[in-house]
Amino acid sequence: MTASIETDPATGEAHVELDSVRLAFGRRVVFRDLRCRAPRGRVTIVLGGSGSGKSTLLRLVGGLQRPDAGSVRVAGEEVTGLGERELTRVRRKIGMLFQNGALLDSISIFENVALPLREHTAKDELEIESEVHRRLASVGLDDVDELLPGELSGGMLRRAALARAIVMDPEILLCDEPFSGLDPPNVERIEALLTRLNRELGLTIIVTSHHMASSMRMGDQLVLLRDGFAVGGTPAELVAGGDPRVVEFLGSDAVAAAAGAGAGSVGS
Amino acid sequence: MTGAVARLGARSVDWVAGLGHMTRFAGSVVAAALRPPLRGRTLVREIYDVGVRSLALILGSGFVVGMVLGLQAYNTLARFGAEQSLGAVVGLSLIRELGPVLTGLLVTGRAGSATAAGIGAMVTTGQLDGLRMMSISPIHFVVYPKALALLIAMPLLSALFIVVGVFGGYVVVVELLGLDPGSYLSSLENAVDFRDDVLASVLKGVVFGLLAGLISTYRGYTSEPTAEGVSRSTTSTVVVASVCILISNYFITALWGV
Repeated sequence: MTASIETDPATGEAHVELDSVRLAFGRRVVFRDLRCRAPRGRVTIVLGGSGSGKSTLLRLVGGLQRPDAGSVRVAGEEVTGLGERELTRVRRKIGMLFQNGALLDSISIFENVALPLREHTAKDELEIESEVHRRLASVGLDDVDELLPGELSGGMLRRAALARAIVMDPEILLCDEPFSGLDPPNVERIEALLTRLNRELGLTIIVTSHHMASSMRMGDQLVLLRDGFAVGGTPAELVAGGDPRVVEFLGSDAVAAAAGAGAGSVGS
Repeated sequence: MTGAVARLGARSVDWVAGLGHMTRFAGSVVAAALRPPLRGRTLVREIYDVGVRSLALILGSGFVVGMVLGLQAYNTLARFGAEQSLGAVVGLSLIRELGPVLTGLLVTGRAGSATAAGIGAMVTTGQLDGLRMMSISPIHFVVYPKALALLIAMPLLSALFIVVGVFGGYVVVVELLGLDPGSYLSSLENAVDFRDDVLASVLKGVVFGLLAGLISTYRGYTSEPTAEGVSRSTTSTVVVASVCILISNYFITALWGV
């Protein structure tokens, strides 16, 4: 089965584009012929059930996983054939928020956020300190400098990881299940942070999520992965497409919300 | 029959491929070690973890091994009236074989397994992928300091094991059995040759440190990202590194001419 995503070219230049991607782990085929794109400066939400390949899609974009066939272009550069050293150049344009944070558990939160600055910039200690505190404050974290990642709650950990992901001012932010396991206030907080990053800094954001309400609110574009195929478009377009698998996955509330938003946008 | 041959062939191919992967891994660790920054603070912390935290184990084991060696050597040499050679027997046994080999096995069991488990846990929790996404090489940031720490700590711990072992032998032979301390120490001094004994011992410590460092970091780095995968990599680190230490010990002994 061919899995293709037809997106509206009018939504903008593709900042990230996957074309004819095929990937299998042993006998389990994850992507057969995946085609999708994330427009520059927009929020793209990748939806799908467990095992549908959402996280794998992000790993393909970050060069952590190579496809068996097909093309993955990030900021106009083909990443599938790049070696580790060349990937380093591409990854400087990308920030990634991992599902569990992936902060180094043996060093403090301050050192975790400071790490990319120490590795890739010539900033002195005062500048690094100032930058780290600015980033931590921007995600609503204070007085966590000396704490280890294991001493933070899930929501705080996710925000600290977000601070690390954006500390080098990436063009593209990949977020793997940023809402999973969080209580509603923390979901709203992370959602507001991501929305603000998109609006204020113009970041291209790709989010994988199971959280339908946040997805419908945040997403300029949805990509639904299911049964080895994918469907994409704005929330209203997806609903208007009438694909029963899409409607079934999104649920009636989300469909109603998307339909309302679509009607509003048409009318405006 | 055909199936058995096919399985044997597949295993052989896997083994050769694994050897190739490990050689490439070792090459990338060496390349990382030659590339700045030095990561001095990390290296010192790793040496502390591997070396200082193994001190009690090494000192305690070395002392007891020296005591047993003194006792056994006395029982044997006394039959031939050669008690005056006790210092040489205890010292040479420790310097040539027991010091470096037992230190290699003990440090592999304590620090090598911890190194594999630590890196394996980082794989499981995505910390290495996190580093890659920050354009930081996990080999340079995590693996090389840990491997180098084992390489540096192993000969030093081996030397301490030997010194404490000789002292343990002294306590038994001189303090408990009442032999002349001058005889014990002078026979040791006269028997030990710098090139054949001391340099060979240092070489063994370095080689065992290299093996323990590379095998433990490789096993951790390539472990499956599951709890069971980390467990397997930890176990295989101890088994593979211990066997490699014992085999390489034979070849060093044979080729060094001792």
